[in-house]
Amino acid sequence: MLSQLPALQVVIPLIAAPLCVVLRNKEIACLVSQVVSILSFLISLILLQQVLQEGIISYALGGWLAPVGIEYRLDILNSFILVIISGISSIVTLYSKKSVNFEIESEKIYLFYTGYLLMFSGLLGMTITGDAFNVFVFIEISSLSSYAMIAMGKDRRAVSAAFTYLVMGTVGATFFLIGVGLMYSMTGTLNMADLAERLPKVYDTKAILVSFAFISIGILLKLALFPLHLWLPNAYTYAPSVVSAFLSATATKVAIYILIRFGYSVFGSDFVFSKYPTAEILASLSIIAIVVCSIVAIFQTNIKRLLAFSSLAQVGYIVLGISFNNINGLTAAIVHIFNHALSKGALFLAMGCVAIVIGSVKIKDINGLGKKMPFTAFAIVISGLSLIGVPLTAGFISKWYLVLGAIDKGWWPLAIILLLTSLLALVYVWRVVEVMYFRSDPNSPEVKEAPLSMVIPLYILVAMTIYFGIETSFSAGLANEAAEYILGISE
Amino acid sequence: MELVISHINYWVAILLMMIGFYALIARGNLVKTIVGLNIFQASVFLLYITFGKVSGGTAPILQKNTELYSNPLPHVLILTAIVVGVATTSLGLALVVRIYESYGTIEEDEIAELDSKEED
Amino acid sequence: MSNNILLILTLTIPLAGIILILLSRKNPNIRDSVTILTASTLFIANIFLTINAINIPKGTSFVLINFFPGGSIQFSPEPLGLIFGLIASGLWIVTSIYSIGYMRGKKEQNQTRFYSFFALAIAATMGVAYAGNLITLFIFYEALSLSTYPLVTHHQTANAKKGGRTYLGILLTTSVVFFLFAIIWVWSITGTTEFTPGGILDGKLSPFMTGLILLLFIFGIGKAGVMPFHRWLPAAMVAPTPVSALLHAVAVVKAGVFSVLKVTVFTFGVENLFSNGASQFAMYIAAITIVVASIVALKQDNIKRMLAYSTVSQLSYIVLAAMIVNTTSIIGSTMHIASHAFGKITLFFCAGAIYVASGKTEISQIKGIGKVMPWTMAAFTIGSLSIIGLPPTGGFISKWYILLAAIQNEEFIILLVLIISTLLSAAYLLPVIYAAFFQTSVSKFEHSEAPIAILIALGVSVSLIFLLFLFPNPIYEIAKLIGT
Repeated sequence: MLSQLPALQVVIPLIAAPLCVVLRNKEIACLVSQVVSILSFLISLILLQQVLQEGIISYALGGWLAPVGIEYRLDILNSFILVIISGISSIVTLYSKKSVNFEIESEKIYLFYTGYLLMFSGLLGMTITGDAFNVFVFIEISSLSSYAMIAMGKDRRAVSAAFTYLVMGTVGATFFLIGVGLMYSMTGTLNMADLAERLPKVYDTKAILVSFAFISIGILLKLALFPLHLWLPNAYTYAPSVVSAFLSATATKVAIYILIRFGYSVFGSDFVFSKYPTAEILASLSIIAIVVCSIVAIFQTNIKRLLAFSSLAQVGYIVLGISFNNINGLTAAIVHIFNHALSKGALFLAMGCVAIVIGSVKIKDINGLGKKMPFTAFAIVISGLSLIGVPLTAGFISKWYLVLGAIDKGWWPLAIILLLTSLLALVYVWRVVEVMYFRSDPNSPEVKEAPLSMVIPLYILVAMTIYFGIETSFSAGLANEAAEYILGISE
Repeated sequence: MELVISHINYWVAILLMMIGFYALIARGNLVKTIVGLNIFQASVFLLYITFGKVSGGTAPILQKNTELYSNPLPHVLILTAIVVGVATTSLGLALVVRIYESYGTIEEDEIAELDSKEED
Repeated sequence: MSNNILLILTLTIPLAGIILILLSRKNPNIRDSVTILTASTLFIANIFLTINAINIPKGTSFVLINFFPGGSIQFSPEPLGLIFGLIASGLWIVTSIYSIGYMRGKKEQNQTRFYSFFALAIAATMGVAYAGNLITLFIFYEALSLSTYPLVTHHQTANAKKGGRTYLGILLTTSVVFFLFAIIWVWSITGTTEFTPGGILDGKLSPFMTGLILLLFIFGIGKAGVMPFHRWLPAAMVAPTPVSALLHAVAVVKAGVFSVLKVTVFTFGVENLFSNGASQFAMYIAAITIVVASIVALKQDNIKRMLAYSTVSQLSYIVLAAMIVNTTSIIGSTMHIASHAFGKITLFFCAGAIYVASGKTEISQIKGIGKVMPWTMAAFTIGSLSIIGLPPTGGFISKWYILLAAIQNEEFIILLVLIISTLLSAAYLLPVIYAAFFQTSVSKFEHSEAPIAILIALGVSVSLIFLLFLFPNPIYEIAKLIGT
């Protein structure tokens, strides 16, 4: 049983999805997805434990050994990402019931959970697989279901946002497919470990360069790095709150994981960073993303859109860490995947609470929220502080490593810019906080705090934001080990 | 000239890719965008199949008297990709229907205009 | 009691005070007594801590939280911090007494909020004083900026908010961009940020890089007010006068120069800086600040603004003394923290007293006010003497050591700067005294002396000025231990 865990990690949600369709009951569908998420979370924890004790786990799907068959390969990096995805999913599904009831038509709710489970299993599959083509398949599974789920948003703009995302997402995935095909044609294998071995022999060919270009652009589209981010703001703004929370916390993060995996493991940092100015290109795009998107975020009137732009800026931080190609930079990127998932997940969940109580997530409608919904408002403040990177929150740890990475790289003016940009985050978070606490609206109707079933999951994330700002041996410690492993510093 | 003929599959693939991509980017009808997406994907399928071709080989079907056959793996992969493509197309078209229901149009610029009016 | 318990007490007493203040918010008399009681308890705790800690040669440290290797929240009392802790907690008592007179005299709103945030600021100051490494120092430094913001914007007028934005904007920007960056840089070089006698950077960096990081620290610690990052101090003048006293004498600017000193002694190391000469550039920047700020102060008509620029100039004395880097200069700058605190708090109390009694804020308006407010103006005179550096005041002692240090290191330009600035400070302070006592007023003053609480506070602060002159030994003896 234990040896089958890698397959079960993906297969359980994949089977649970059609189960929801068959049962056609929203209550059961919700329960199923909660149970499946928690089960997946437990499996991922066991897997992480195994990887930490015994090293890499290789699992041959259906008994077909690599390179013929599809290999699931777990190392410290992707088992950590699996824990993040399934952990966030557990919290989101526990939270989801009332929010989904409020935001989605009753007869479609079981389909919503079906889509959710498919998306969940797609993300897990992308992370766990060791086969390049299999990555493509799982990208499409998760993307197709996420298009459908975004389109379930109340606003009609959700549908057009989903369509835009569909077009851009498909182009991204197809680019990725082209890149994989070119690699296959040059090496004759699709297994990532084999690719990593065989690619150095053909480093100098044009085909590999082109393949690298296609794959990186494809992934950058999925992870929404500026200027390939156009699909994201509308998608996050108009999607149901639960979907925004889950997507922002996991979907772009898994795409980032794929970038790390292909950049460092498959192509290898020798090829990616030594031969071409990849680091410079990625770093400049990230800096532009951070600065531009933070500034744009400041001027938003819809808080979900503000958070969407903030996510784009945060993606910039992560990619910047990746571009440093050193231990501290990569640690920063990995730990920020985790920390940002916590704080942004919490913020979108808090927006779900606001939506269900106030009925709007515009800044002008949340005057005096600090008095009306003290718990939700306080959660927004704490998570916001983490976005800024205030000490004693998780965000500070990421910033710390990121600046260290910049110094190690010798790009210390960049380190200063990085710190300056956290002030931009301060401005957009402050705008929300000011309205919540320093403005009151005498005419507004009396409202109550959001239901406990939503506030408690929200506070699990908030508590973790604080906890991992203080005790970092799990988050930063693992990220550091993962970075060392990926860079080949330790075996 | 010889370069073109000997690599005719690749040239066609690139041509299709460009056509598909153009149809995607050029602002216009959402259904046409989906068509563009399909052409774009088809070009990639062609590319894959071309990789798998072994000159002089037959189709990779298990039968007697065949020594040389093309690489079957790309075919398998592309079968998967085609399924994905079909799913994408159907989902895309479903969204177009929903867009038509709520906006009353499937022209991209008109939708953008309606959206911009909604921003208060 | 053990050191650690006392240490925790110094941090928690002000916090406990906040709870009590909030609980007694309905009854102003109890609330104000609670404030004074908390301040006194804190002062006593600090005295015990000082007695305990200086008897332990190696010093102790207390780790609260470990983030990651080399990064923790850690406290360790050492002589410099102890002096700062004593000054801050002692002056908190005086300021509390004064605040009661001032806030009631002006019938200010939201007094409970005022006293709560005041106590919070003191708690943050204690954290700064006893921080055992740079990260802890940074966290409490930021906490101090944030907790004083509601005090600066106490009136909540558009003007107050504008001043508050400048205040917070400059302090946060400099600290996040330069200070934090420098801290991370130090960590990336040494793998630690702990305050270690003799410094942790010795021999690890070229003189140029040392100088660069030192500059990052000095500009990053915006609270030290080295030009060009001094603008927040005049901007914060919108605050009620007790807050100005807090900013200028008790906590904020002192936390700034204290941090500069701490970094100089415990991160760079005095000998390291002296031997590679990396502090020269910073020293000249401080010298320029001294002269320029004094000249700007000359031109002010508003008393509080004039005093603000005087503070900018005086702070740079401390920074400059630290940058001269020898044993005497460190003693001199430590003592100047004390003497400037006592002198400036007296001057601000006087400015506030004049405002409470007469509503006057400009120098040109107070001609002849010495006749109706003789006690206040006498205190102003003594405070001025201390700032100028004349005997028989504490300012003379500290300035003496700074001059001595400059001579020891043969920094004759600095010597010249110190002399010029002494003349300049005389030039901006004496006209106020002249106007008050020797000019006749245009209009009649229809008021008498300031409220009694204010006068008591003034009496205490004036006594401190004299005491520092007559008995400088206790502080001198503790200051001698810094960095050993």
